[in-house]
Amino acid sequence: MASPGGDRSGPDHLGREWWWDKIAQVLLFGGGISAIVFIIAIFVFIAQQGLGYALVDLDLATYFTSPEWRPTSEPEPVFGALALIVGTASVTGLAMLVSVPFSIGAAIFIGEFATGRTREILKVLVELLAAIPSVVWGFIGLMVMSPLLMDVFDVSVGVSVLNAGLILGLMAAPIMTTIAEDALKAVPDGFREAAEAMGATRWQVIRQVVLPSAKNGLVAAVLLGVGRGFGETMAVLMASGHSINMPTSPLDQVRALTATIAAELGETARGSDHYRVLFSIGILLFLVTFIINLLADMFVRGKKTAR
Amino acid sequence: MHRNHLPALALLALATSCGGGVNGASRTVIQNKGSDTLLNVAQAWAEAYSTVNPECTVAVSGGGSGTGISAMINGTVDLANASRKMKERELAAAGENGVTPVEFVVGYDALAVYVHAANPIESITMEQLAGIYGDGGSLVRWSQLGVTIPNGGSDEIVRVSRQNNSGTFVYFREAVLGREGKYKLGSLDMHGSKDVVDLVENTPGAIGYSGLAYATDHVKLVPVISADSGAPVTPSVDTAVDRTYPIARPLLMYTAGQPEGAVAEYLDWILSDDGQRIILAKGYAPVRALD
Repeated sequence: MASPGGDRSGPDHLGREWWWDKIAQVLLFGGGISAIVFIIAIFVFIAQQGLGYALVDLDLATYFTSPEWRPTSEPEPVFGALALIVGTASVTGLAMLVSVPFSIGAAIFIGEFATGRTREILKVLVELLAAIPSVVWGFIGLMVMSPLLMDVFDVSVGVSVLNAGLILGLMAAPIMTTIAEDALKAVPDGFREAAEAMGATRWQVIRQVVLPSAKNGLVAAVLLGVGRGFGETMAVLMASGHSINMPTSPLDQVRALTATIAAELGETARGSDHYRVLFSIGILLFLVTFIINLLADMFVRGKKTAR
Repeated sequence: MHRNHLPALALLALATSCGGGVNGASRTVIQNKGSDTLLNVAQAWAEAYSTVNPECTVAVSGGGSGTGISAMINGTVDLANASRKMKERELAAAGENGVTPVEFVVGYDALAVYVHAANPIESITMEQLAGIYGDGGSLVRWSQLGVTIPNGGSDEIVRVSRQNNSGTFVYFREAVLGREGKYKLGSLDMHGSKDVVDLVENTPGAIGYSGLAYATDHVKLVPVISADSGAPVTPSVDTAVDRTYPIARPLLMYTAGQPEGAVAEYLDWILSDDGQRIILAKGYAPVRALD
């Protein structure tokens, strides 16, 4: 931690500049390690609230295989999270089906075809899309998509896997587009020029040169989109129907892991079994997003070492 | 829900700042917490009581019946509001803490069964409700009840329920499915009494339950046939007071041990005609018929 000011000797050793240097150094250091401190603090908190219970008292076999989520049932509550896990997975899966083609397509257009103003306007719009609060997306799902789906598919309830998946797809698309576009931009122009010099058409350049060399970055983009979908709460709570159900069609109602925590934690007595099980769901979510982000990171690194 | 705290808090702040200068030392504060169903009424009581007894301030907060009860057991509040009776587990916890909870019935709430305004159903029995909501119940289509949803609406019964730790959820389970009954999973679980009514209003095949106070002109309240009388009873304040409506629940307040002093005076006032007129004005039933 040798500071540039610390090396200075002479009469202004403790002068104003020296102090500013020190302050700036401490602030920057604090900012730099804050992310690590927070992530550790969050993990410790969640683990302390739920890990002991999850490992000792919770019947993990029931937890992962039973769709019966009856945390307040008398006399014996049942904590089966399968329906919730399937709910989250189905909504996220559908969201990816919707958003991957869209966002990769958008990234290719913005990165490879669009020029000048078109490109700038598109980039700003995509970033604006990412800034829409999730509760607003939920509102759109509830108020716009729901009646639409009821009309189109002639079903009695418009909130469903399909509704939540479409909304979540739209939410995840901007992030995936931005990261995918970065990945495409990271492909050196020399690759494109070399391909073009050999007579390749634009389409051949993109398909056979740019996309393969940006592959890892694109996979990372998709994985981060999956992580986003997995952790999204409010929009899914509002658009999925919030119903404990093993879905058999995209028009069925489901309930997500995140939505369950959001809906139940507020009115659960602290320290009760129900409270601890909700924290064990938090641990599950944390682990899954952690693994997804780790994979994404490994893919990005893979791209760098491959070159 | 939390928005509702603001006027009460503002009033409390005002009351404290006015009264504090005159006689700050003798002011007593009653902590009151619990059921969201009772929150509106509890706040109205607290506001009115500040004019009845300016020496006493009642601080009201929500959070749910379970939250209020555990706070009462832990001694952090004087009065717990509850829209259900205390559970065995809570009674045991109170015993371990050396607390003997005393229960006061401060009013009644009829849980109305709501359907879409266009639904032609005329009445429903408790058995039919159990068949619709209960685990293993066979009723999944309106045609099984002899009802046709008009305008080509879907025949499927869309069950609307509440999140599983609300007092309303617990009470409806006890009243309709029995103490150890289980709900059929797959209902749409809404996060508030009003959300249930809103969803039913917009969904032709839906059925839901919620406090009578949340009734609007855009939904239909189904008269319920109880096993005792065999006659359909429309949910109303009157039928809740005379206990003919089968799904009416007592609204409760719990104290840790027999109340004394300011808390006892407050409870007496709540149960007086003045206090009971306030709960009636909020759409719930008083403990007895008022003049």
